[in-house]
Amino acid sequence: MADKSMIGKTGKPFTMPIEWSKVREFARAIKDPNPVYFDPEVAKRECGGIPVPVTFLQTAAFWQDDSSSPGMGGFDIRRILHGEQDFELLKPILVGDTLTGVAKVADLYEKEGGRGGKMTFLVVETEYKNQKGEKVAIARSTLIETGQAVKA
Amino acid sequence: MPAKLKFEQVKVGDSVPDSVTNGVTRPDFVRYAGASGDFVPLHYDQTFVEMAGIPTVFAQGMFTAGLLSKCLTDYVGIGQVRRFKVRFATRVWPGDVVTCRGKVTGKKEAAGEKLIEGDLEAVNQKGEAAIKGSFVAACA
Repeated sequence: MADKSMIGKTGKPFTMPIEWSKVREFARAIKDPNPVYFDPEVAKRECGGIPVPVTFLQTAAFWQDDSSSPGMGGFDIRRILHGEQDFELLKPILVGDTLTGVAKVADLYEKEGGRGGKMTFLVVETEYKNQKGEKVAIARSTLIETGQAVKA
Repeated sequence: MPAKLKFEQVKVGDSVPDSVTNGVTRPDFVRYAGASGDFVPLHYDQTFVEMAGIPTVFAQGMFTAGLLSKCLTDYVGIGQVRRFKVRFATRVWPGDVVTCRGKVTGKKEAAGEKLIEGDLEAVNQKGEAAIKGSFVAACA
Protein backbone atom coordinates (compact mmCIF):
# COMPACT_ATOMS: atom_id res chain seq x y z
CA MET A 1 0.00 0.00 0.00
CA ALA A 2 1.16 3.51 -0.74
CA ASP A 3 2.00 5.23 2.54
CA LYS A 4 0.02 8.46 2.24
CA SER A 5 1.68 9.88 5.34
CA MET A 6 4.75 10.53 3.19
CA ILE A 7 2.93 13.32 1.30
CA GLY A 8 4.37 16.69 2.28
CA LYS A 9 7.58 15.16 3.64
CA THR A 10 10.62 17.24 2.66
CA GLY A 11 14.31 16.46 2.43
CA LYS A 12 16.99 18.65 3.92
CA PRO A 13 17.96 21.62 1.68
CA PHE A 14 20.89 20.77 -0.59
CA THR A 15 23.39 23.07 -2.31
CA MET A 16 24.08 22.79 -6.01
CA PRO A 17 26.85 24.94 -7.54
CA ILE A 18 26.40 25.47 -11.28
CA GLU A 19 29.73 24.56 -12.92
CA TRP A 20 30.85 24.99 -16.51
CA SER A 21 32.46 21.55 -16.88
CA LYS A 22 29.20 19.89 -15.84
CA VAL A 23 27.17 22.10 -18.18
CA ARG A 24 29.46 21.25 -21.12
CA GLU A 25 29.35 17.56 -20.32
CA PHE A 26 25.56 17.64 -20.09
CA ALA A 27 25.17 19.59 -23.35
CA ARG A 28 27.34 16.98 -25.09
CA ALA A 29 25.33 14.14 -23.59
CA ILE A 30 22.09 15.55 -25.04
CA LYS A 31 23.84 16.21 -28.37
CA ASP A 32 23.41 19.97 -28.25
CA PRO A 33 26.40 21.71 -29.90
CA ASN A 34 25.08 25.25 -29.27
CA PRO A 35 28.18 27.47 -28.72
CA VAL A 36 26.65 29.15 -25.66
CA TYR A 37 27.56 26.01 -23.72
CA PHE A 38 31.09 25.76 -25.12
CA ASP A 39 32.38 29.29 -25.72
CA PRO A 40 32.28 31.69 -22.73
CA GLU A 41 32.63 34.74 -25.03
CA VAL A 42 29.58 33.79 -27.08
CA ALA A 43 27.73 32.88 -23.91
CA LYS A 44 28.49 36.23 -22.30
CA ARG A 45 27.41 38.14 -25.38
CA GLU A 46 24.22 36.16 -25.94
CA CYS A 47 23.11 35.16 -22.45
CA GLY A 48 25.10 37.26 -19.98
CA GLY A 49 26.94 34.12 -18.90
CA ILE A 50 26.97 30.40 -19.60
CA PRO A 51 23.37 29.18 -19.38
CA VAL A 52 22.19 25.68 -18.50
CA PRO A 53 20.26 23.28 -20.74
CA VAL A 54 16.50 23.02 -20.10
CA THR A 55 16.77 19.67 -18.30
CA PHE A 56 20.08 20.38 -16.54
CA LEU A 57 18.52 20.31 -13.06
CA GLN A 58 18.47 16.52 -13.43
CA THR A 59 22.13 16.71 -12.38
CA ALA A 60 20.95 17.60 -8.87
CA ALA A 61 21.36 13.84 -8.31
CA PHE A 62 25.06 14.59 -7.80
CA TRP A 63 24.35 16.99 -4.95
CA GLN A 64 21.60 15.14 -3.15
CA ASP A 65 22.13 12.40 -0.62
CA ASP A 66 19.78 10.33 1.52
CA SER A 67 19.12 13.24 3.88
CA SER A 68 18.11 15.64 1.09
CA SER A 69 15.80 13.11 -0.55
CA PRO A 70 12.27 12.97 0.84
CA GLY A 71 12.36 9.17 0.31
CA MET A 72 11.67 6.90 -2.63
CA GLY A 73 8.40 5.51 -1.25
CA GLY A 74 10.11 2.15 -0.62
CA PHE A 75 10.18 1.56 -4.38
CA ASP A 76 11.96 -1.48 -5.85
CA ILE A 77 14.39 -0.08 -8.44
CA ARG A 78 13.87 -3.08 -10.76
CA ARG A 79 10.26 -2.01 -11.17
CA ILE A 80 10.61 1.77 -11.38
CA LEU A 81 9.60 3.74 -14.44
CA HIS A 82 10.09 7.46 -14.85
CA GLY A 83 6.57 8.47 -15.82
CA GLU A 84 6.73 12.24 -16.23
CA GLN A 85 9.07 15.15 -15.75
CA ASP A 86 8.07 18.80 -15.61
CA PHE A 87 10.31 21.87 -15.34
CA GLU A 88 9.10 25.39 -14.62
CA LEU A 89 11.97 27.74 -15.40
CA LEU A 90 11.26 31.04 -13.65
CA LYS A 91 14.57 32.94 -13.88
CA PRO A 92 17.87 32.42 -15.72
CA ILE A 93 20.35 29.98 -14.18
CA LEU A 94 23.99 30.68 -15.13
CA VAL A 95 27.36 29.10 -14.43
CA GLY A 96 28.65 30.59 -11.18
CA ASP A 97 25.26 30.54 -9.49
CA THR A 98 24.76 28.49 -6.37
CA LEU A 99 21.32 26.95 -6.06
CA THR A 100 19.62 25.60 -2.99
CA GLY A 101 17.06 22.89 -3.61
CA VAL A 102 14.39 21.44 -1.38
CA ALA A 103 12.67 18.25 -2.48
CA LYS A 104 9.28 17.20 -1.19
CA VAL A 105 6.83 14.41 -1.77
CA ALA A 106 4.01 16.23 -3.56
CA ASP A 107 1.82 13.16 -4.08
CA LEU A 108 1.73 9.39 -3.67
CA TYR A 109 -1.13 7.27 -5.05
CA GLU A 110 -2.01 3.92 -6.58
CA LYS A 111 -3.76 2.98 -9.81
CA GLU A 112 -4.73 -0.31 -11.39
CA GLY A 113 -2.45 -0.63 -14.41
CA GLY A 114 -2.46 -2.78 -17.53
CA ARG A 115 0.36 -5.20 -18.27
CA GLY A 116 2.41 -4.17 -15.24
CA GLY A 117 -0.35 -4.84 -12.63
CA LYS A 118 -1.03 -2.33 -9.86
CA MET A 119 1.04 0.84 -10.16
CA THR A 120 2.16 3.25 -7.45
CA PHE A 121 2.87 6.87 -8.41
CA LEU A 122 5.29 9.09 -6.50
CA VAL A 123 5.49 12.79 -7.36
CA VAL A 124 8.58 14.57 -6.05
CA GLU A 125 8.69 18.35 -6.41
CA THR A 126 12.01 20.17 -5.99
CA GLU A 127 12.09 23.95 -5.65
CA TYR A 128 15.31 25.80 -6.42
CA LYS A 129 16.43 29.22 -5.23
CA ASN A 130 19.59 31.02 -6.29
CA GLN A 131 22.20 32.76 -4.10
CA LYS A 132 20.04 35.92 -4.09
CA GLY A 133 17.11 33.98 -2.67
CA GLU A 134 15.13 34.20 -5.92
CA LYS A 135 13.02 31.19 -6.86
CA VAL A 136 14.52 30.09 -10.19
CA ALA A 137 12.92 26.75 -10.98
CA ILE A 138 10.60 23.97 -9.94
CA ALA A 139 11.25 20.40 -11.08
CA ARG A 140 8.51 17.80 -10.74
CA SER A 141 9.26 14.09 -11.23
CA THR A 142 6.65 11.37 -11.39
CA LEU A 143 8.04 7.91 -10.68
CA ILE A 144 5.97 4.77 -11.13
CA GLU A 145 6.52 1.44 -9.42
CA THR A 146 4.88 -1.34 -11.42
CA GLY A 147 3.40 -4.45 -9.79
CA GLN A 148 5.86 -6.59 -11.75
CA ALA A 149 8.70 -5.90 -14.18
CA VAL A 150 7.20 -4.60 -17.41
CA LYS A 151 8.13 -6.91 -20.28
CA ALA A 152 9.33 -5.29 -23.46
CA MET B 1 20.13 34.90 -25.57
CA PRO B 2 17.77 37.17 -27.45
CA ALA B 3 14.53 35.42 -28.31
CA LYS B 4 14.71 33.87 -31.76
CA LEU B 5 11.03 34.26 -32.45
CA LYS B 6 8.96 37.39 -32.95
CA PHE B 7 5.61 36.97 -31.25
CA GLU B 8 3.69 38.63 -34.07
CA GLN B 9 5.21 36.28 -36.64
CA VAL B 10 4.46 33.01 -34.84
CA LYS B 11 1.16 31.44 -35.84
CA VAL B 12 -0.81 28.72 -34.08
CA GLY B 13 -0.10 25.57 -36.08
CA ASP B 14 3.52 26.51 -36.85
CA SER B 15 5.90 23.57 -36.63
CA VAL B 16 8.87 23.21 -34.32
CA PRO B 17 11.33 21.92 -36.96
CA ASP B 18 12.28 18.21 -36.81
CA SER B 19 15.52 17.21 -35.15
CA VAL B 20 16.59 13.64 -36.01
CA THR B 21 19.07 11.44 -34.13
CA ASN B 22 20.07 8.61 -36.42
CA GLY B 23 20.45 5.59 -34.18
CA VAL B 24 21.00 6.10 -30.46
CA THR B 25 23.71 3.92 -28.90
CA ARG B 26 24.62 2.28 -25.60
CA PRO B 27 27.56 4.72 -25.29
CA ASP B 28 24.99 7.56 -25.58
CA PHE B 29 23.19 6.12 -22.52
CA VAL B 30 26.47 5.72 -20.61
CA ARG B 31 27.48 9.29 -21.44
CA TYR B 32 24.09 10.56 -20.27
CA ALA B 33 24.38 8.50 -17.05
CA GLY B 34 27.74 10.14 -16.31
CA ALA B 35 26.56 13.61 -17.23
CA SER B 36 23.28 13.48 -15.31
CA GLY B 37 24.12 11.29 -12.33
CA ASP B 38 21.29 8.88 -13.23
CA PHE B 39 23.00 5.56 -12.54
CA VAL B 40 19.91 3.36 -12.66
CA PRO B 41 21.51 0.18 -14.11
CA LEU B 42 18.59 -0.48 -16.49
CA HIS B 43 20.35 1.83 -18.95
CA TYR B 44 23.82 0.26 -19.14
CA ASP B 45 24.06 -3.03 -17.23
CA GLN B 46 23.11 -5.99 -19.44
CA THR B 47 23.32 -8.56 -16.60
CA PHE B 48 20.99 -6.46 -14.46
CA VAL B 49 18.35 -5.93 -17.17
CA GLU B 50 18.26 -9.64 -18.03
CA MET B 51 17.64 -10.42 -14.36
CA ALA B 52 14.75 -7.94 -14.51
CA GLY B 53 13.35 -9.82 -17.54
CA ILE B 54 14.16 -7.09 -20.09
CA PRO B 55 16.04 -8.06 -23.29
CA THR B 56 18.57 -5.25 -23.31
CA VAL B 57 19.38 -1.81 -21.94
CA PHE B 58 17.28 1.15 -23.01
CA ALA B 59 17.63 4.93 -22.96
CA GLN B 60 17.04 7.01 -19.86
CA GLY B 61 13.78 8.84 -20.49
CA MET B 62 15.63 12.03 -19.67
CA PHE B 63 18.26 11.33 -22.35
CA THR B 64 15.51 11.36 -24.95
CA ALA B 65 13.93 14.35 -23.22
CA GLY B 66 17.29 16.08 -23.60
CA LEU B 67 17.21 15.49 -27.35
CA LEU B 68 13.68 16.91 -27.37
CA SER B 69 14.73 19.98 -25.36
CA LYS B 70 17.47 20.69 -27.90
CA CYS B 71 14.89 20.54 -30.71
CA LEU B 72 12.86 23.14 -28.77
CA THR B 73 15.75 25.49 -27.92
CA ASP B 74 16.93 25.38 -31.56
CA TYR B 75 13.50 26.84 -32.36
CA VAL B 76 12.84 29.32 -29.53
CA GLY B 77 16.42 30.12 -28.44
CA ILE B 78 18.40 29.28 -25.31
CA GLY B 79 16.98 30.86 -22.16
CA GLN B 80 13.51 31.31 -23.61
CA VAL B 81 11.87 28.11 -22.32
CA ARG B 82 9.57 28.78 -19.38
CA ARG B 83 8.05 25.32 -19.05
CA PHE B 84 9.04 21.94 -20.42
CA LYS B 85 6.92 18.95 -19.54
CA VAL B 86 7.33 15.39 -20.79
CA ARG B 87 5.48 12.11 -20.34
CA PHE B 88 7.31 8.92 -21.18
CA ALA B 89 5.56 6.34 -23.35
CA THR B 90 7.42 3.64 -25.26
CA ARG B 91 11.07 2.88 -24.51
CA VAL B 92 13.95 3.89 -26.77
CA TRP B 93 16.31 0.99 -27.62
CA PRO B 94 19.85 0.99 -29.01
CA GLY B 95 19.70 1.62 -32.77
CA ASP B 96 16.39 3.49 -32.68
CA VAL B 97 16.09 6.57 -34.86
CA VAL B 98 14.59 9.34 -32.71
CA THR B 99 12.76 12.20 -34.39
CA CYS B 100 11.89 15.19 -32.20
CA ARG B 101 9.27 17.66 -33.35
CA GLY B 102 6.48 19.89 -32.16
CA LYS B 103 3.72 22.33 -32.95
CA VAL B 104 2.62 25.71 -31.63
CA THR B 105 -0.86 25.42 -30.13
CA GLY B 106 -1.41 28.80 -28.50
CA LYS B 107 -0.20 32.34 -27.83
CA LYS B 108 -0.73 34.44 -24.74
CA GLU B 109 0.69 37.36 -22.79
CA ALA B 110 1.36 36.83 -19.09
CA ALA B 111 3.60 38.43 -16.45
CA GLY B 112 4.79 40.98 -19.01
CA GLU B 113 6.00 38.31 -21.44
CA LYS B 114 4.85 37.30 -24.89
CA LEU B 115 4.50 33.54 -24.68
CA ILE B 116 3.81 30.71 -27.05
CA GLU B 117 2.76 27.24 -25.99
CA GLY B 118 2.82 24.00 -27.87
CA ASP B 119 3.07 20.24 -28.03
CA LEU B 120 6.26 18.24 -28.44
CA GLU B 121 6.97 14.62 -29.25
CA ALA B 122 9.87 12.25 -29.75
CA VAL B 123 8.99 9.32 -32.01
CA ASN B 124 10.90 6.23 -33.08
CA GLN B 125 11.36 4.86 -36.61
CA LYS B 126 8.01 3.03 -36.33
CA GLY B 127 6.24 6.29 -35.53
CA GLU B 128 5.61 5.26 -31.91
CA ALA B 129 5.83 8.07 -29.38
CA ALA B 130 8.64 7.67 -26.87
CA ILE B 131 7.73 11.02 -25.33
CA LYS B 132 4.70 13.27 -25.47
CA GLY B 133 5.36 16.70 -24.10
CA SER B 134 4.43 20.35 -23.99
CA PHE B 135 6.20 23.66 -23.64
CA VAL B 136 5.81 27.36 -22.91
CA ALA B 137 8.43 29.73 -24.32
CA ALA B 138 9.00 33.48 -24.48
CA CYS B 139 9.19 35.48 -27.72
CA ALA B 140 10.42 38.95 -28.54
